Amino acid sequence: MKIKFPLWFYQLASPKWFYEITSKLLPWFTAAAILLLTIGCVWGLVFAPPDYQQGNSFRIIYIHVPSAILAQSCYMLMAVAGAIGLIWKIKMAHIVAKSCAPIGASIAVMALATGAIWGKPTWGAWWVWDARLTAMLILSFLYLGVLALSSAFENETSGDKAAAVLALVGLVNIPIIKYSVEWWNTLHQPATFKVTQKPAMPPEMWIPLLIMVIGFYCFFAAVLMARARIETLEREKRSEWVRNLIKEIE
Amino acid sequence: MSFFFAAIKRDLLLAFRHRNDIVNPLAFFLMVAVLFPLGVSPEAKFLAQVAPGVIWVAALLASLLSVDGIFRTDFDDGSLEQMLVSPQPLVLLVLAKIISHWLISGFCLALMSPLLAMMLFLPQQGLFALVISLLLGTPTLSLIGAIGAGLTVGLRKGGILISLLVLPLYIPVLIFGAGTVQAGTMGMPIGGYLALLGAVLVVSMMLAPFAIVAALKISVRG
Repeated sequence: MKIKFPLWFYQLASPKWFYEITSKLLPWFTAAAILLLTIGCVWGLVFAPPDYQQGNSFRIIYIHVPSAILAQSCYMLMAVAGAIGLIWKIKMAHIVAKSCAPIGASIAVMALATGAIWGKPTWGAWWVWDARLTAMLILSFLYLGVLALSSAFENETSGDKAAAVLALVGLVNIPIIKYSVEWWNTLHQPATFKVTQKPAMPPEMWIPLLIMVIGFYCFFAAVLMARARIETLEREKRSEWVRNLIKEIE
Repeated sequence: MSFFFAAIKRDLLLAFRHRNDIVNPLAFFLMVAVLFPLGVSPEAKFLAQVAPGVIWVAALLASLLSVDGIFRTDFDDGSLEQMLVSPQPLVLLVLAKIISHWLISGFCLALMSPLLAMMLFLPQQGLFALVISLLLGTPTLSLIGAIGAGLTVGLRKGGILISLLVLPLYIPVLIFGAGTVQAGTMGMPIGGYLALLGAVLVVSMMLAPFAIVAALKISVRG
């Protein structure tokens, strides 16, 4: 069986095409991210009704949940891109995987930090050794490991491949994080969004949250593109098209 | 399969000719366990409470310490390269190396653990749980550690990096392992924990060798 993807999909594997496509896409994603994050923040932090139990302290959900979701998605993308790079030897995939790691690490740290700030008023402690918190902490360690490993190699290609193998091994942690709140009896509340069910919150609370989640994804896409573009230029600096590009600018 | 046993035999022989490599992690295991009564509290009641966790952490660190050497000497003298170009299935060769590594590290740690249990006043009824959990858990540690060792074998400073890569992946084994001993000392059934430890072992035995082979190819060929 042969699956055929549209042409642009194959063209993404070419650094030159990636650079050209993203220079068109980047402004759109940046604009969408700014717009959605502004709407979501103002709606969520100012206009959404306070929680009947937690009062106003629940509002950090508008930062915490999107960053926690994104930290896991970013890991998945990093591992899948790494696998594509390993199997089909596509250099763009490794560039994307490498650009994911620092973004994912900082978002994972943000999820942990906002969680700690939220935990203090609701649980009375900055940190509890709960299954989901621990799994998230492991995720940020995995990001650090991938970052450390890819920079430890002098040879760029070996570093890319090694980081991809490690990212794939660490993939076992993702379902553990996802289902930790269902497998174990934990202090952490269950997932806010589920594909199959309506959220437990009223719409005026979850709509701004959904906007924030989409806004975070747009922000992630924009930052990822920006990083990947720079990485592409750096790796392709000896190629014809990058030289022409620099000549045009000069 | 003869090459499989030949590979195990070769590694065991090499280990017995460098006995330090076997003894050092065991001595380390013992010393880490000594640090806790001296550093935290020598009180028997307190030690009995923390003993399951302390012994498991000590075993984990000792295993981590020895795992760096699993491919190092073979890489340095070029025999690892020969293994990679040999016609034998690499997955089995890697598995043989891990089994021999476990026999000289995890297996010995498990055999030595009753001594540590005495030192830390672990209740008698937890002894069986301790030994059996170490016997089931340490092979997983060797398998996961070998992934880290394979990824870093080509680097000059692999030591600290390997712990950064491997320790997060060790955590589930630590949780289930220490949980087994905890349940055992309280006289509760340990079957569930052992089943989990066994499941983790089976899954990592199926998947880790492939990751290790990929890692070794990257480290040797670039």
